[in-house]
Amino acid sequence: MSNTTTETELPPAPGDADAAAERLSTAPVESEGPVGIGTFGWARWMWRQLTSMRVALILLFLLSLAAIPGSLIPQYQNGQGQLKVEAWKAQHATVAPVYEKLQLFDVYSSVWFSAIYILLFVSLAGCIVPRTWQFVGVLRAQPPAAPRNLTRMPVYAAWRTEADAETVNAAAHRLLRRRRFRAHLSGGAVAAEKGYLREVGNLLFHLSLFALLGGFAWASLASGSAGKLMVEGEGFSNTITQLDDFNGTRFYGSENLDPFYLKLTNFTAKFQASGSQIGAARQFTANVEYSSGSDTSQLKKGTIEVNHPLEIGDSKVFLIGHGFAPLITVRNAKGEVVYKGATPFLPQDGNQTSTGVVKVSDYGDKDGQKTQLGFSGFFLPTAPVSFEGTGPISLFPDDAAPALVLNAYAGDLGTDSGLPQNIYQLNMRKMTQLVQDGQPAKARLAPGQTWELPDGYGTLTFDGYKRWASFDVSHRPGNEIALTGAVLAILGLIGSLFVQRRRIWVRAVALPGGGTQVELAGLARSESAKIAEELAELAVDLQDDAPAADDEEPAGDGPAEGPAEPAEPAEPEDSEVPADPTVPADQNAKE
Amino acid sequence: MHLASGVDPQLADLSNKLIYSAMVVYTIAMFAHMIEWTFGSKGAVAVRSQQQSGSLAETVAAVEAKAAKKVTVTVAGAGGSTTTLTRTAVAGEGATVVTSGRGAEEEDGPGAAGTSERADLAGRIAVSLTVLGALLHAGGIVTRGLSVSRWPWGNMYEFSCAFAFAMTAAYLGLLAARKNVRWLGLPVVLAGLLTLGIATTVLYTDSDQLVPALHSPWLAIHVSTAIFCGGAFYAAFIATLLYLGKDAFDKRIAAGLTTGPLGTSASIWRRLPAASTFDKLSYRINALVFPLWTFTIIAGAVWAEAAWGKYWEWDPKETWSFITWVAYACYLHARATAGWKGRKAAYLALAAFACWLFNYYGVNIFVTGKHSYAGI
Repeated sequence: MSNTTTETELPPAPGDADAAAERLSTAPVESEGPVGIGTFGWARWMWRQLTSMRVALILLFLLSLAAIPGSLIPQYQNGQGQLKVEAWKAQHATVAPVYEKLQLFDVYSSVWFSAIYILLFVSLAGCIVPRTWQFVGVLRAQPPAAPRNLTRMPVYAAWRTEADAETVNAAAHRLLRRRRFRAHLSGGAVAAEKGYLREVGNLLFHLSLFALLGGFAWASLASGSAGKLMVEGEGFSNTITQLDDFNGTRFYGSENLDPFYLKLTNFTAKFQASGSQIGAARQFTANVEYSSGSDTSQLKKGTIEVNHPLEIGDSKVFLIGHGFAPLITVRNAKGEVVYKGATPFLPQDGNQTSTGVVKVSDYGDKDGQKTQLGFSGFFLPTAPVSFEGTGPISLFPDDAAPALVLNAYAGDLGTDSGLPQNIYQLNMRKMTQLVQDGQPAKARLAPGQTWELPDGYGTLTFDGYKRWASFDVSHRPGNEIALTGAVLAILGLIGSLFVQRRRIWVRAVALPGGGTQVELAGLARSESAKIAEELAELAVDLQDDAPAADDEEPAGDGPAEGPAEPAEPAEPEDSEVPADPTVPADQNAKE
Repeated sequence: MHLASGVDPQLADLSNKLIYSAMVVYTIAMFAHMIEWTFGSKGAVAVRSQQQSGSLAETVAAVEAKAAKKVTVTVAGAGGSTTTLTRTAVAGEGATVVTSGRGAEEEDGPGAAGTSERADLAGRIAVSLTVLGALLHAGGIVTRGLSVSRWPWGNMYEFSCAFAFAMTAAYLGLLAARKNVRWLGLPVVLAGLLTLGIATTVLYTDSDQLVPALHSPWLAIHVSTAIFCGGAFYAAFIATLLYLGKDAFDKRIAAGLTTGPLGTSASIWRRLPAASTFDKLSYRINALVFPLWTFTIIAGAVWAEAAWGKYWEWDPKETWSFITWVAYACYLHARATAGWKGRKAAYLALAAFACWLFNYYGVNIFVTGKHSYAGI
């Protein structure tokens, strides 16, 4: 981030009027800073606050805190979110309105969550953009010249040699070049720097976060998803009239739907047959035929499984559910077929205990009066011998002992009113239950069995059953952008965490009494102890060209040139080279 | 009607027995480590390291007799202390011997055994037992996978077993690389036993095939990197705790007290490495693992795109992975910023690990989301 003078260790830059305000963040001082400066002063002060490392850290921390409620309270946007939210609201009637107002059912698109991440990204931009320019400047300039007093550097070595100073400097320059340092020889000293990939990685990482955000944003503006349930043998065209439901966005409405045709030829399911996980799903496969575009004359075969969606054009078709659809034929009193077809029943539990209704709206007349029939009940793929004590439940999700359990109703279904109806529910307002022997009429049927309806209403035959599968048709652009951003982010992270950026200076000076004083110093810009070893290696190599004179102790041990004084904080990351105008002290603040 | 089976009950049973055997062996290893710590307290502390540096000095002296080149580098440490590092190159051979001496402040303790030979023996026994336990443990994981012909991390029990193994293997790997980490033995064995204990009692699930959502090559990638990250974060967490303890101990000693924090014996803390060593270790592990954790989340997102149609849906597991990621990012940023080193950063690391733990146990057990498979 830009100037992080939030800690007293870093002295404020001289002449910086706002430095004092930045150093302290308590309210009185804050008001002190911008007072009297006017709107522009305020704006500048706010901008500086926003782009400071401290505020960025606070925002990052807030972001993680703000994400928590969404994981504990049901969210609209999650799978079956609407249902779960409604159920939760019903259970917590008192707090629900408050939660609704606080957008706690919609955390990740709420005003406050958005505010945090938008501020964070603004803060990031305010830091990364100047830093990128700064880094370009660093790359164009030579490595910073050697400081006057090399002994104050975190790692330091020195010795006396008989070799000529210029020769030593030239040798050091060569040596550093060979070690792939950017090295520069001038003013009787060599300045070298290496590990620029750290900063590259650092910038790349933060920039790629913007790519991720961009991918996310584009996906939320231009994606759409639709649902479709198909019984085996059925097909549909991807148009708004043939879909069960559709959720569009600003740039992907019902008129933008990718044209294609999809048909479910058959569906297979496998389940665990024994052990403690009996009934657990093991494999689902939907065999389909499809064609992209509106031409349905030539169909391609394909399969859709969990984890293996089918890609058609820009849409992906995901398998999301499955169930059974009993085949039912209803005949009226005259023996005419008034209803025939596969009716999807919806699973209610893991064992596929399914509920559904049959609406016979074209029954015709009964006793001279227009009548409609309705049936509601259960389809059980593995029915128990008796329902006593359990009610109608299925014992296993596969079709080991299928049974259909139905109640019958007669009257007006309300289908002629023109209002849209839920196809899985009967509107009971004008229906009356049929009665047999003083009891509500009820039947348990095995495939092939026929139920003689009471009062001469005709018959209902359970012909058999098919499977159905439900699909999610998803159009989501921006995935590539997000994935590219993510991959670049990892590469950037690796660079910024594993590459060490360091500077090494070598200075050989002719001593007044003859001979040459060789000094080496290093400054690592990150938490690494390796710089000392690297410097030692370099020094040993340099001694090929500048052998140490035997008669003297290494000059670095002398008390006059001792290591950094205790008063000076000697942490590599904190201390800074005085003669380094190109890189400010906070250079690696965001590493 | 289709039924899936494909479980080899004998192998599954063998797997359970191997895991239990591993737990028994780890328990004995734990006792051996305790004996090491107990006997080690009687030996004089810090003598061994002096001996060690003495012998190194002799080596250096022997080399120096023939040495053509010798360099001493002065290294400034925290708080104005300095240390030196000497590098010597032997003439003609090109071989070099590197020695480093450190300032008194940063001296690492001699290890759990102190200078006691009996304690050292106990420690060696403990390590051997840990190796044996790890072999049994690995056998348990492999047979579990073989019994159902798939990757053995399809549910929380299997994940926990693999996770405990990753941690133990990492520790043994460091030992094999001749790193001075035997002091880590007791906490690692304890953490491994704790994880296995929870796995076998609370989380146990019979060996079985997986639900269709887990039929994906991403299971091998996404989950195994998650396991590795978990093991490494755990190790960094131990190092962070020990850093806080040792740092508190150093401060108490400086204040004239004679015991460690929470009434612990000073002898234990003296035998442990220096606070700065713990601090560096925990930072390095966390920094090393952070990109891998990022990869784990991204791999999960890619998988989610294939399985659920959206790469990010704020599923509780996704949310908590994100929270954990942000918490570790906070920690890394704090480390790089002046004034947040040391204890403050360590607290952040602890908070981040707490997020990881909640993401694993809390989200799986208390929150229902799309990451619920096979019972738990």
